[in-house]
Amino acid sequence: MNSLKVLWNGIIKENPTFVLLLGMCPTLGTTSSALNGMSMGLATMAVLIFSNLIISLIKNLIPDMVRIPSFIVVIASLVTILQMLIKAFAPEIDKSLGLFIPLIVVNCIILGRAEAFAAKNGPVSSVMDGIGMGLGFTLALTLLGATRELLGTGKIFSFAMFPESYGALVFVLAPGAFICLGYLIAIINRIKG
Amino acid sequence: MKKLESTWYNMVIVLTLIAVCAGAALAYVNHLTEGPIKEIAEANEAAAIKAVLCTDDVVITDTITIGEGKDAATVYLTDKGAAVKTSDPGNKSFGGGLSIMVGLDCEFHVLGYSVLTSNETPGLGAKAGEWFQKDGKGNIIGKTAGKLTVSKDGGEVDAITASTITSRAFLAAVNNAYVAFSAAQGKEVDAHCASSSTKHNNRKEENHE
Repeated sequence: MNSLKVLWNGIIKENPTFVLLLGMCPTLGTTSSALNGMSMGLATMAVLIFSNLIISLIKNLIPDMVRIPSFIVVIASLVTILQMLIKAFAPEIDKSLGLFIPLIVVNCIILGRAEAFAAKNGPVSSVMDGIGMGLGFTLALTLLGATRELLGTGKIFSFAMFPESYGALVFVLAPGAFICLGYLIAIINRIKG
Repeated sequence: MKKLESTWYNMVIVLTLIAVCAGAALAYVNHLTEGPIKEIAEANEAAAIKAVLCTDDVVITDTITIGEGKDAATVYLTDKGAAVKTSDPGNKSFGGGLSIMVGLDCEFHVLGYSVLTSNETPGLGAKAGEWFQKDGKGNIIGKTAGKLTVSKDGGEVDAITASTITSRAFLAAVNNAYVAFSAAQGKEVDAHCASSSTKHNNRKEENHE
């Protein structure tokens, strides 16, 4: 498979959030603002790229019957490493996302891509798949976060668009996440035809 | 290379190897990040102490821990009063795990506060960081800690809109700071504030020095 096609596949055709509807927990939980959504997307992307790379490299060493535990150990270690690095070098991100970082371990996008793609393909296209899926996830989360932030507080990336008092609080809370996600999926399906 | 067969031996060896490699990688990163993480925590705490006492020039004379386990409060006695690191008793905040630093002067007036950790809802309870400050709507600066309650419970502090639970937990933590500070004064016989009614003057003089 052509690498660029793999990349494009993750961003549009099989966008993990809007098309595959994978990883809903972090999607709904972390997108209360555009910045939070974007940081969560980037953190997930970092884990996804490395887990795809490592798993595609060691796939022949892993007997089929223990592949899931092996993948989980690799993914969990990567997430823990990421969490420690964020705590040490990006305390601001840790403040807003600290709770959600460990949840990347159980994000089904990562195990899903390990199982469906990295375990069957070479390292180069696995990394491309990681970047594509990661970018797709990041874009989706940023879009969702920006929509919720705008409707809820009148800001995008903390820049005021209209006064906060006109914002509808519900969009910052979980129900607003469901509503926004539903409309965004509808719009994207319409555009895609 | 052909895929390894799922024999008992292969599985045990592979899983063990993966676990050992993962453990080694984690240990190495932990070693790398341990220092910076600790430094950040200490810097945050030092900054919070200065912030809640509204001054850049603080001398911590003693550190006393009151209580045990999760409800423990740390009292930093200083020349300007006390900064108390405390959580809300009973962990009743909305998201749990609320911990704040409160600055109290010797008559238990709130000088300032800072939220250290909080899992409150963004856009609602998470406003606690600004809401109770001097220009916030539920200003508690200058009020006497100990019996602060939200107006819904007959008190004088306006709760955060739609976040009464957070507000109650927050005020309970502030009140707990008072309890810890007075307990610390009991322990520390020559606590700075024990008898100084002229402390405002003292404070000014110290600043000039």
